[in-house]
Amino acid sequence: MTHTPDTAVGIGMPAMPAPDYPADVRARLDADAAELVARYPDSRSALLPLLHLVQAEEGHVTATGMRFCAQTLGLTGAEVSAVATFYTMYRRKPSGDYQVGVCTNTLCAVLGGDAILDALHEHLGVGDDGTTEDGKVTVEHIECNAACDFAPVVMVNWEFFDNQTPESAKRLVDDLRAGRPVEPTRGAPLCTYRETARILAGFPDPRPGAVEASGGAGPASLIGLRLAKGEAGAGRVVAPRTADHPAGERPPEHLSAHDAPQKTSASDPEHPAGPVSEEGEG
Amino acid sequence: MSVVTESTEPAEPDGPSGPGGPQTSPEKLLSPVLSAFWDEPESWTLETYQRHDGYQGMRTALAMPPDDVIALVKDSGLRGRGGAGFPTGMKWQFIPQGDGKPHYLVVNADESEPGTCKDIPLLFANPHSLIEGMIIACHAIRSSHAFIYLRGEVVPVLRRLHHAVAEAYAAGYLGKDIAGSGFDLDITVHAGAGAYICGEETALLDSLEGRRGQPRLRPPFPAVAGLYACPTVVNNVESIASVPAILHRGKDWFRSMGSEKSPGFTLYSLSGHVTNPGQYEAPLGVTLRQLLDVSGGMRTGHRLKFWTPGGSSTPMFTEEHLDVPLDYEGVGAAGSMLGTKALQCFDETTCVVRAVTRWTEFYAHESCGKCTPCREGTYWLVQLLRGIEAGKGTAEDITKLEDIADTINGKSFCALGDGAASPIFSSLKYFRDEYEAHVTGGGCPFDPALSTVWADQSPQEVNA
Repeated sequence: MTHTPDTAVGIGMPAMPAPDYPADVRARLDADAAELVARYPDSRSALLPLLHLVQAEEGHVTATGMRFCAQTLGLTGAEVSAVATFYTMYRRKPSGDYQVGVCTNTLCAVLGGDAILDALHEHLGVGDDGTTEDGKVTVEHIECNAACDFAPVVMVNWEFFDNQTPESAKRLVDDLRAGRPVEPTRGAPLCTYRETARILAGFPDPRPGAVEASGGAGPASLIGLRLAKGEAGAGRVVAPRTADHPAGERPPEHLSAHDAPQKTSASDPEHPAGPVSEEGEG
Repeated sequence: MSVVTESTEPAEPDGPSGPGGPQTSPEKLLSPVLSAFWDEPESWTLETYQRHDGYQGMRTALAMPPDDVIALVKDSGLRGRGGAGFPTGMKWQFIPQGDGKPHYLVVNADESEPGTCKDIPLLFANPHSLIEGMIIACHAIRSSHAFIYLRGEVVPVLRRLHHAVAEAYAAGYLGKDIAGSGFDLDITVHAGAGAYICGEETALLDSLEGRRGQPRLRPPFPAVAGLYACPTVVNNVESIASVPAILHRGKDWFRSMGSEKSPGFTLYSLSGHVTNPGQYEAPLGVTLRQLLDVSGGMRTGHRLKFWTPGGSSTPMFTEEHLDVPLDYEGVGAAGSMLGTKALQCFDETTCVVRAVTRWTEFYAHESCGKCTPCREGTYWLVQLLRGIEAGKGTAEDITKLEDIADTINGKSFCALGDGAASPIFSSLKYFRDEYEAHVTGGGCPFDPALSTVWADQSPQEVNA
C-alpha cells in the first residue's frame, strides 16, 4: 500500500480522525463558507463550491478539507467523500502550482494533441498526471474543453492556450518552471492552482484587469462574423470557388436574397431559409 | 465538388453547383445575431450590450403578462439548442402555476460534448445575452431564483459571468423590483467540477444539489419535480440567449429565418481539418457544403472523410451528406441528429478507428456508473477497440462491437449510453472496411503525423 494517512485521500472512508484546520484558518474558512451557503436555498448545494474552497486552501482535497465540508453542511464523511471522488477537478494528492492539461479527445488528439502530450512527457520526464520535481508543473490529459475551433488546445490552470504545437507547449512549461510571466490566449495572466480554485469556489478574481485580460472573443470565434460583414480579408480565408476571379474581385452576385440557401430545408421546401437583416422584413 | 477538396487548382467554373444551389456569398448565408457585436473591443460589458439593444427584450417582456411571454416564445418556434431540440416555450408551459412551490430556472452551461464549442465563446464574448434571457424566462415561469451551472474548466468564462451578474445587479436588472416592474430575481453562478454527465439535465440537478452527478429516473420530469423537488426549467445557454432578440424584434422576424419546423438562427461550430475553423451563425437549415464554401473549405489538398453534425454523440456523416440541411428534421431524416451543431470535419488522413476509439474512451471515462449497460458496455467497447486499433483484433471482435453497442443503445439509463453507441454504429456503417483492414493488416494503416495541423506547413508558409 502506498497509502499515507497525512496526504492521501483514498476512495472510501478517509483515515479518521482527520486533523482539524488551525483555529485561524478555520475561522477564515467558516466566514467564506457562510457566504457560499447563503447563495443557495438548500445548504447542501454549496458542497461543490466548498470542495473547491478547501482545494484552494491546501492545493488538493484532504481528509481535513472533507471533514470541514461535512461539519459545515451537516453531512457524513461518506457523503462528502462520495462527491469529492466523483468529480475529476478535485485532486486527491498534492500536485504542481500549474496544472497543464493537454486535450486528447478525438479532435484535438488528431490535430496534434497526442503529439503535444508525448512531447511534454518526454521534455519534462514525467508520466501522465506526473509532477515535475520542482513542484511547479503537473501534466495531464484532459477531455474536450469546448474550444475545438482553436485546436489543439492546452489548458493551464483552466485558462486557454489555443492553437498549440509541441514546440509552443514546451516553451510554455519552461516559462512556467522558470517563473517567467505567461499569458493565455484567452483568459487572465496565470495565478496559482490554489488561487484558481478560489475563483471556482465562487469568489470573483480580485486582480485588477483580470476580467478584461486577453480582450474579447478569440479570432476563431469572430471568423463567421467577419465574413458576414464582408471583412473577408481577416484571417486566412481562401474562397476556392473564386479562384478564377482576380484577387479582390467579388464573385458573381445573386439574383435576390431569397436564392441564397436554396431548398436547404427538406422538411419545408416551401419556406426558403435566408437571413433577414432588417426588423420587420418578411 | 471543389469545396470538398479545397485546392489551388481553379474550381470548375461552369460545373453544376451541386444540390446546395449556386455559390452563396457569406453576407447572404450568415446571419449574426448572438455574435453580431463580438468584435467590439469590450463586447462582454453591460455598456456595449446596451449599445446593441441590450435589455430591450427584457423591458418588452416585463410589460407583458407571463403567459403571453410563454405564448410568444412558443409561437416563435424556438427549439432547444442543447441537442434535443425540444420547443423552449413548451418547456416553460409545463411548469405548473399556482402550486405554491418555488419555481427555478437552471441554465445548462456544462458544455462538454466532444466537438461542441458554442456556449463557451458566447458566454466569454456576450454574457449579458444569457442574463437578459434568464430574466425574461424567469418572469414567464414565475421564478425568483435562477442558476447558471457552468462547467468548472473554463475559468475565463466564469470571471466574465461573475462580472456580468454583478453589473446587472448594479444596474437594477437583477435583485428586487427589476426595472421598476415589481419583479424580483436572483441569479447564482455555480461552477461544476469536471463531469460530462452533468450536462444531462437530471444529473445536473443532482449535482447542483451537492450530490454525485447521476441521472434521475423520469417521470417525474424536472418541470414537476426538479431542483429541490420543485418545478424547474433546464435550458441550454444558447436557447436562453436567443430569447431577448425574439422579444425585441418579434416572432415573425425570428420565423423569417430557418424553416417552418426549425425556425431562427443558430451557431454552427466548424472545427477540424478545415481552412477556417470557428463560429458561423446562420439560419437553421444551411448545409455543410455551404458553410465550407463560404469559409474556405477543407484544408488545402485534402478531402472530407467523415464529420459529425452535432458532436460525437450524433452518428457521423460522410461526404455524401454535404447537402443535408442542418436543421432538426433534415439531419434526422438523414439518420443522425442536429445535436449541438458541432461540425467536426476530418479529412482522409484520419483513421476512423482511432477517432472512434478515443471517443469511446471518453464515454467509458465519463459513464457515471449508475446503470450496468453503459458502465460495463463502454468498458468492453474500449478493450475491443484498443485491440483492433493495435492490430490484435479479430473479425469476431468487430461483430462483438456491434453487439455491445446494441446492448447499450436504448437500454441505458440516460442518453450517454446512446451517445456512446452512435460513433460505433455509424462508423461501422460507413467504414467497416477500415476496421477490417486493421484486423487483416495487423495494425493501423494511417500515419497520425499526417493529420496534425502542422503536417502540411512548409517553413515559408505563414498563416495569419
